[in-house]
Amino acid sequence: MEAVARPDDLYSASLARFEEKRFAGEPAWLSQIRREAFARFEALGFPGVKNEEWKYTNVGPIAKVPFRPGNDRAGLEEGPHAGPLPGGESARIVFINGRHAPGLSKAAAGPAVVRSLREALREEPQLLKPRLARHASFEKNAFTALNTAFLEDGAFVRIPRGTIAGEPVHLIFLSAADGGEPVVSHPRNLILAEPNSQAAIIETYIGSPLPEGGGIYFTNAVTEVVCEEGAVLEHYKLQRESLSAFHVQTIQAAQGRASNFASHNFCLGAALARTDINVLFTAEGSECALNGLFLAGGSQHMDNHTLIDHAKPRCTSRELYKGILDGRSRGVFHGKIIVRQDAQKTDAVQTNKNLLLSREALVNSTPALEILADDVKCRHGSTIGQLDANSLFYLRSRGIGEREARALLTYAFAADLASRIRVPWVREEIEAFLGQRLPQAAEAS
Amino acid sequence: MLLEIKNLHASVGGKEILKGVDLSVNEGEVHAIMGPNGSGKSTLAHVLAGRPGYDVTEGRVLYKGKDLLAMSPEIRAREGVFLAFQYPVEIPGVSNVYFLKNALNAIRKHRGEPELDAMDFLKLTREKAKLVDIDEDLVKRPVNEGFSGGEKKRNEIFQMAILDPTLAILDETDSGLDIDALRTVAAGVNQLRSPQRSMIVVTHYQRLLNYIVPDFLHVLVDGSIALSGGKELALELEERGYAWLEKEPPGPHAEAVV
Repeated sequence: MEAVARPDDLYSASLARFEEKRFAGEPAWLSQIRREAFARFEALGFPGVKNEEWKYTNVGPIAKVPFRPGNDRAGLEEGPHAGPLPGGESARIVFINGRHAPGLSKAAAGPAVVRSLREALREEPQLLKPRLARHASFEKNAFTALNTAFLEDGAFVRIPRGTIAGEPVHLIFLSAADGGEPVVSHPRNLILAEPNSQAAIIETYIGSPLPEGGGIYFTNAVTEVVCEEGAVLEHYKLQRESLSAFHVQTIQAAQGRASNFASHNFCLGAALARTDINVLFTAEGSECALNGLFLAGGSQHMDNHTLIDHAKPRCTSRELYKGILDGRSRGVFHGKIIVRQDAQKTDAVQTNKNLLLSREALVNSTPALEILADDVKCRHGSTIGQLDANSLFYLRSRGIGEREARALLTYAFAADLASRIRVPWVREEIEAFLGQRLPQAAEAS
Repeated sequence: MLLEIKNLHASVGGKEILKGVDLSVNEGEVHAIMGPNGSGKSTLAHVLAGRPGYDVTEGRVLYKGKDLLAMSPEIRAREGVFLAFQYPVEIPGVSNVYFLKNALNAIRKHRGEPELDAMDFLKLTREKAKLVDIDEDLVKRPVNEGFSGGEKKRNEIFQMAILDPTLAILDETDSGLDIDALRTVAAGVNQLRSPQRSMIVVTHYQRLLNYIVPDFLHVLVDGSIALSGGKELALELEERGYAWLEKEPPGPHAEAVV
């Protein structure tokens, strides 16, 4: 595999320091995984554009910056994130530059058990051992390998068997450069929905709300989701990193029998963002929905990869991803669906629609279906287009100004994804974001 | 005079479609424009509404004494021009009411009138929905999405009722309608006839004019008006068709034929 840069001594030195200081007391199985992951990262290196999975996303800028672990203060204890909750949340857990900030977190009011991974590793390692780093493979993904080698903290959310967490659990990852120095964090989350439980989890990634902004930093997150038999889980990702930040995340979900997993992925921030969402059906009769919206402007680069592995029969997947690209931004959608040989009666639908608001914006859309079973229903479709001239004229002919008409049509393009959000305050936040960004988008075109 | 079209030439995609149209419309008059396919009827309607891509190469259009062609489509609408589309556009994700409230308030703002709040607007939509006999559920749905042909046309007339234009241009509003839908749509249009409102009714078929009886009728052939007359001209066209008009290019005194 070709690599754009060899991981330099920086990472090796960091790992040595990690092992000495922070992880002296950690379970042996974890140290073992950490070492394996680092060895794998060294072998893989950062992926180059000749790597098919990274064909349209050049991570050279990430590899070149000498990121170091940030401090967990960064003057972020105060700010909007510390204020009252925007609405219903049954728990909030906040991380600053990847480290748990207990002062900003609020304990769970519902049945969900929410704690920092570091704490859970100390207090209930037996619960984590069979699950942590067992789902997100680092065999081929250098960023997951790096995250696993350096995993330190994150959220561990457990929805106990048969319980329903009414309000969502909110995970907030707040980052900022440390006195102008670029920092890296490797948040590692494990979400465990036990049999017949039900919950909504929100992951928010956000740059510093302070006036100087978040600056240059790199979030390299991994979230493992385990939906056990009959579990119903909604997962929201709101990526609103600072506009000079780099953001990479893999969300790896494993679905047990008759479980339901709905992912809503909103990609709004960062200079360069890459999200991989992988779903594996490990038993029959499950359903997943992958919804995604990426809204890129300026010179932002947003890459969304999804993989749905229909490994078992009678599972249903529905996927809708939309991209809105303005300025000189670049978008990538790569959606793979594998239907394994014995996954009969699979029902899979994938749709990707992209709207280009400027001439310089560009999107690459690649649906990839690999069907090995014969009794299946699979459909996919992909479109790339501009605002419809007829619709625009129709609105203007009724007295609506050109700018407003463009904004209205762009908003309408994304409206179905916003309407699928079942948590009211998340929907309002996304709608407000769309409303606030789109008139600019219209102006720029 | 409300509208004065003088020697209007217009091209679409480099091809000249309108080749010198002259037409005058006074306040409160209903003018029907008929003509064979490709004669330029719809082009005229769209040029008046300001559709991008329709280039006026010669001539002028005065509306309320102002240069209509210099105005953007939205300014024309705010000045009281309304085009009922032959093919109304579906806009999923935008509700009819949201869209119309924005449109109406843009027009009211332009006229220096206060914007309507949600309650007043709701009252207005109820009243107008009754007037044009449109289901209130349709009013709340996304613009034209999943509407039948008849529902779309009815929605156009409903929009016209809400926006209260001074000059309404109906572009083949009858096309594709069954007889019941045609009757409903025509009844809606007739409800909206008033001394303060002029209409240009573009149609391919005489049958619409049984319901919407025009004050004047013009026949457009090959990009210019070949013949003008009263409503009785429709019956003659019904009998004789357009062929006799197409064979002999009309002279400058074509109107004298009637």
